[in-house]
Amino acid sequence: MTDYIEEVLHNREAQETGSGDVEIQNYTINFGPQHPAAHGVLRLVMELDGEIIERLDPHVGLLHRGTEKLIEYKTYAQALPYMDRLDYCSPLCMEHSYVLAVEKLLDLEVPLRAQYLRVFFAELTRICNHMLNLGSHVMDVGAMTPNLWMFEIREDCLNFFERASGARMHSNYFRVGGVHQDVPLKLLTDIADWLDTRLPKLFGDAISLVAENRIFKQRNVDIAVVSREDALAWGFSGPMIRAAGIPWDLRKSQPYDVYDRMEFDIPVGTRGDCYDRFMVRVEEVYQSARIMKQCLAEMPEGPIMTTDRKVGPPKRGEMKQSMEALIHHFKLYTEGYHVPAGEVYVGTESPKGEFGIYMVSDGSNKPYRCKIRPTAFSHLQAADFMSKGHMLADTTAILGAMDIVFGECDR
Amino acid sequence: MRAPAPKYTANDGVIATAQAALGDMLVEAVDKVGEVSLTVDRDRLVEAMTALRDDPMLQYQQLMEIAGVDYPEREERFDVCYHLLSVTKNHRIRVRVMTDEEKPVPSVTGIWPVAGWLEREVYDMYGVLFSGNPDLRRILTDYGFRGHPQRKDFPLTGYVELRYSEEAKRVVYEPVELAQDFRTFDFMSPWEGAKYVLPGDEKGGEPEAKGAPTPLKADEIKKTDDAKAEADTSKPKSTDSPKESGAGQSHPGNQPEEKPGSPDVAPGKGQNQ
Repeated sequence: MTDYIEEVLHNREAQETGSGDVEIQNYTINFGPQHPAAHGVLRLVMELDGEIIERLDPHVGLLHRGTEKLIEYKTYAQALPYMDRLDYCSPLCMEHSYVLAVEKLLDLEVPLRAQYLRVFFAELTRICNHMLNLGSHVMDVGAMTPNLWMFEIREDCLNFFERASGARMHSNYFRVGGVHQDVPLKLLTDIADWLDTRLPKLFGDAISLVAENRIFKQRNVDIAVVSREDALAWGFSGPMIRAAGIPWDLRKSQPYDVYDRMEFDIPVGTRGDCYDRFMVRVEEVYQSARIMKQCLAEMPEGPIMTTDRKVGPPKRGEMKQSMEALIHHFKLYTEGYHVPAGEVYVGTESPKGEFGIYMVSDGSNKPYRCKIRPTAFSHLQAADFMSKGHMLADTTAILGAMDIVFGECDR
Repeated sequence: MRAPAPKYTANDGVIATAQAALGDMLVEAVDKVGEVSLTVDRDRLVEAMTALRDDPMLQYQQLMEIAGVDYPEREERFDVCYHLLSVTKNHRIRVRVMTDEEKPVPSVTGIWPVAGWLEREVYDMYGVLFSGNPDLRRILTDYGFRGHPQRKDFPLTGYVELRYSEEAKRVVYEPVELAQDFRTFDFMSPWEGAKYVLPGDEKGGEPEAKGAPTPLKADEIKKTDDAKAEADTSKPKSTDSPKESGAGQSHPGNQPEEKPGSPDVAPGKGQNQ
């Protein structure tokens, strides 16, 4: 009997003190919606086992503004500024998809200089976008200085946008049939100087601080590895699919505007981790600068807007003299142009990936349906499997390397 | 194609190849505005999609987008358009199925996991059901939202608005009250099928008047109000005043009686309540 009592007591003791293997239940935490590393309004519901992420459920839509619905009530010209407000870090690339989609439905020819200007400013937008993303990614994993330096470059870019279009961020510069207005020669020479001197120096300095940095590598290398098969199945595009090792760039494979005349390389990752995504973007900045230099060298003189008076508005001076021009102007800014019935899907290479517009026209002056394909939707959806098994602190690196902006994700 | 839109591999022969691979699953195939659209049988969508992905002649590895479109006048009112991309053949294709509010579309999450959220979005915006999607929740709209906002019969302004209430110390939902009625203007040219009559052209369609009418006797005279009521119905529509042109009238979808009752919505303070 005493043996038995001793055994029971022993068991109870063992249960009470334990050997350190305390059973911990998974617990759920909210990341965001107001979190500086969430890059906007993202709510992540995370199920954690200690510090290991078991499951991650992103709740998006907190910035949903009903852009697609609004566009159905606007004429084609009025709907264009909504594009700027989608991905507010790369507004001109959003406009690019939209104008190309409408031009495809209209089968409208665009003057060569306008095409060069669009490519030129789309690439400047890419640099501008990558400055924000690379900087904030670096800051999310703990470094401060590179972000401040890259914001210098971003500031320069925004000043250039202002000089071209009048607005720093929401430029509303591209038009169906061309661009809004021609740029002054001084702006082009200033950007040429900037590309040769300031950009490579500042950017090179900023990247040299982190690219080979041990802490930065520890936080990024082998984090959230994505295989080629996964990248295809999850609908990845842009730097995300390139970092996974697939040399897929819409500017190269499905060239639009004058990209078929440009010479540039597509950087590709080897491991498909966060570090590869970062470095792919770094190289893309240099390639964008290369494209911009080619644009400057080759850009012809000429009109910047289509001469089709049923789409492109007449010049102000012309309206003072010509009744026809006045009528055209009035009709274009009240009724707008009618687009032939049909449907197109146009995807372009925005800095974040494939940004697509699926436009359905019923032949009237307003889009019947304008579906926006955001890049973030497929990338953010993959965050669940990408962060499974990683530490809580890696979430910021994973999100930073995805380059997500909620204006575009939630529309 | 003169427009500078993205150029990918030509569509030559794609329809014939798809026809061979899909057989009787293919309902219709069109090549319009430089893009190939296939309409497939809804019930065999998964089979068709698997064929499109795995057929060595087609190889559409990526699902880029699922878009819903609403045609309220059709019997099966919704289009669900899948945009596929082949990175090896460098080609895009659109696959379309038609459905209505009740008939579910088979989910393609088994082929492309990315379809999970894309189907959730179509469900959220149009109310199209997807059978086999393991997580068919709303995605973009608010928690507890009612209705499907992208449907053509859903008003642009929505039904409820929310604000922070200082008394209740929380966000409250109220029925939408517009300070000004929602306005849509019809800028269609009167020569191209507009419904209204041009100013000054009101009598254009009537036969010519015969001159001064015979004066009426006392018992034939009607009250002014009655006469006006009659004249309003007989008179053709003109743009003399905003009332007649239709400007400022509320949008058909914004009528209060169309709003569904919701227990979550507190009654508003406006005069129309």
